[in-house]
Amino acid sequence: MLGEGIIKGMVVTATNFFGSYVSAERLVTVQYPEERLPPQENARNFPFLVYDGDDPDRGLRCVACKICEKECPPQCIYIVLERDEKGKPQKRPRIFDLDISVCMSCQICVEVCPFDAVKMDTEYELSDFDRFKSLLLNKQRLAKSNTYYRKIHPAEAEEVDARLADQVAKAEAKRKATAMAAATAVKPAPAAQPALSQ
Amino acid sequence: METLEQIKARIEAALPGAGLRLIPNDSPANQPSLLVDNAHAVAVASFLREDAQLQLDYASNVTGIDWPESVRKEKVKVKKVIDGVEKEVEELIEKKRPGFLEAVYHLYSMTLKQGPVILRLRTENRSDKAHLPSLTAVWRGAELQEREIYDLFGIVFDQHPDLRRILMWDGFQDHPMRKDYVEPDDYEYEPTPHDKVLEKAKRHYASEANR
Amino acid sequence: MINTVTEHAGGAASSAGNLPGVATEPNFAITPKISGDGSREGELLEISMGPHHPSTHGVFRMDVVLEGERIVKLKPVFGYLHRNHEKIAEGISYLGSMPYTDRLDYFCSLTNNWAYALSVEKLAGLQPPERAEYLRVITAELTRLINHTCLIGFLVQDMGALGTPLMYAFREREKILDLFEALTGARMMCNYMRFGGCRVDLPPGWLEQARRVVDNYPRFLDEYESLLTENEILVARTQGVGVLPARLAINAGVTGPMLRASGVDYDIRKVDRYGIYDRFDFRVPLGAHGDVYDRYMVRVLEMRESVKILQQAIRGLPDGPIMDAKAKLRNFRPKAGEAYGRIECPKGELGFYLISDGSPNPYRYRVRPPSFINLTILEDMCLGQKVADVVIILGSVDIVLGEVDR
Repeated sequence: MLGEGIIKGMVVTATNFFGSYVSAERLVTVQYPEERLPPQENARNFPFLVYDGDDPDRGLRCVACKICEKECPPQCIYIVLERDEKGKPQKRPRIFDLDISVCMSCQICVEVCPFDAVKMDTEYELSDFDRFKSLLLNKQRLAKSNTYYRKIHPAEAEEVDARLADQVAKAEAKRKATAMAAATAVKPAPAAQPALSQ
Repeated sequence: METLEQIKARIEAALPGAGLRLIPNDSPANQPSLLVDNAHAVAVASFLREDAQLQLDYASNVTGIDWPESVRKEKVKVKKVIDGVEKEVEELIEKKRPGFLEAVYHLYSMTLKQGPVILRLRTENRSDKAHLPSLTAVWRGAELQEREIYDLFGIVFDQHPDLRRILMWDGFQDHPMRKDYVEPDDYEYEPTPHDKVLEKAKRHYASEANR
Repeated sequence: MINTVTEHAGGAASSAGNLPGVATEPNFAITPKISGDGSREGELLEISMGPHHPSTHGVFRMDVVLEGERIVKLKPVFGYLHRNHEKIAEGISYLGSMPYTDRLDYFCSLTNNWAYALSVEKLAGLQPPERAEYLRVITAELTRLINHTCLIGFLVQDMGALGTPLMYAFREREKILDLFEALTGARMMCNYMRFGGCRVDLPPGWLEQARRVVDNYPRFLDEYESLLTENEILVARTQGVGVLPARLAINAGVTGPMLRASGVDYDIRKVDRYGIYDRFDFRVPLGAHGDVYDRYMVRVLEMRESVKILQQAIRGLPDGPIMDAKAKLRNFRPKAGEAYGRIECPKGELGFYLISDGSPNPYRYRVRPPSFINLTILEDMCLGQKVADVVIILGSVDIVLGEVDR
């Protein structure tokens, strides 16, 4: 019969249309911005800097090694190392600017950072009217605490915390071992000294 | 599939006088290529397509490469007379390799499901003698790719049916993929320029101050 | 009424088909001469189906010369999205190019990643472990599913279906994009493959969700096909339109579903057997006539075969590491040499030709774009057809401008 294919197609369309009132499988949209779907656990948007504890200045994990600046493909990170009055480099960045109008969320900075200082955020409602004031994120804007990181990426944060705690424990054990070795090496020397001082 | 040496031998037997040279490939990929001289390129290409054992009817990829002039320093032992005594001295001589442009063809066979056979064609220099014979008459698939090589590198393909710019606009001068290409001044304000962008910014503001 | 599509293992070239207005001899000439001595001046109309066009799949322009409604000459114009990706890649390291490959064929980013990773692995001699190979196959076949359904949706929308089949296709695409987001972090620009394996392993519960999506897919395909395949309007508009003879297709370097719809049995998954594709049991559908309807049917059948591969791969996924132990992330310097690696991406043969000179940046980085080369014979397919058919033929070629212009 001519038209049979079209009628079959219309049956499918009708099933979908009326079905969207009854089944959740057919109605797949939400009314944004009144309703928002929560982001998935592994989703990534733009990077942010992690700090431990409460102080965003002292607790910042970043040591300004500039590896992320070098590896970033569109070169959107700008880092200046902090130096004290004598010019000695401190292990902190004075300036850490990230231009999110250039950043393409590729996550390479996160992968190459040896100190787990840069991680990916899930915030996406970042649009504004001014390009150069609001889309250039500086260190204060980028620094977010470790509790925030644990909230948005729980599994990843747990693994990172475990690894860092492990590193700290190993460093502590090594320090104790060298201190013990130094203490046992120092003991014979005072016995020889009185002979020399005379 | 037969090795490239065997193919080279057969081509030389069929087309005497064709200047062929095997270019080895050091990487683990093991894909050596065959350098063909420009006068016999179309004949070699037709042979490869019509030959019953090879039947390379599919030109998969046509690439242009820019090899600017390079100077290589080599240590050579030379006998020299110093203070009346003949000694063997190590000297640094410079080996100059003139610049040229190159087109590389990757060929496969769809009927016999074999490949790749890689052909190379080189121009004489990078400026006025940058001409190569077009292989579009043998493999139609090379048509748009040769146009792209003309646009981005500047190799003129003789007997190409429609040689004009394809990716850049029609009035564009210069060839962007060459190693000595100088970008036009298109700096736009950036709040924290660094490295290459900082150089661009300095050049831009310097030229603006001069105007 | 409906021409059946024959599937057969050996390749047999089909005849050109004697259809009115289409040349029976394969047309190897590039610029057909407009017949006449200038006496037809004023009868021909030159139109630019310009870059701002809803049906040209991106910023793509065609200069068309019409005689009434029939096409006499057609010249495609490219370059509106040219970003010179190849020169950018010469300035950054090999790893830094990986996010840029996502943006080539932005519709299916994971297959682009795989092609680049494969070429670099050939150049450097790395071998990914088994689990990584299985993950690559799973993600690549999911990408093939999303590409083909949405392509059919776009094709039918260009015919005037006002977006209903496209939205059904997008519903399935969203489910698969959710899977990608859970695995890689981003829906479209995934940046997932690395040289020597994959970046990150599966999160818990991912495999179950993937299995549910894949097992539900044939039901969706049945519904989609009952909507479209026997539709009289679709059949009348696509059968016999845009015929591509097999000999011309091979000579013009056409690859992918377009080539297989013309009857040529060349699927790089079966020919090169890259990755672990020789472990999976799947068929390659071939068309008999080379027209737009055959390309549509070939894509539908390829989707069914992809579902079969996915079910086998998900069942057989082994445990183990996901990166080659010898692979380095930073300061990666492959030995001097060159390599050409290619895969069967949903649009055709995507290849990367890399020349290394021992430094961290490549000396020459070339993308072999399937969409660009498939457009070589656009003019040959469109001669003698009407203007409305040009839009459908362009839709069946399946171009993405990110790849055409790079």
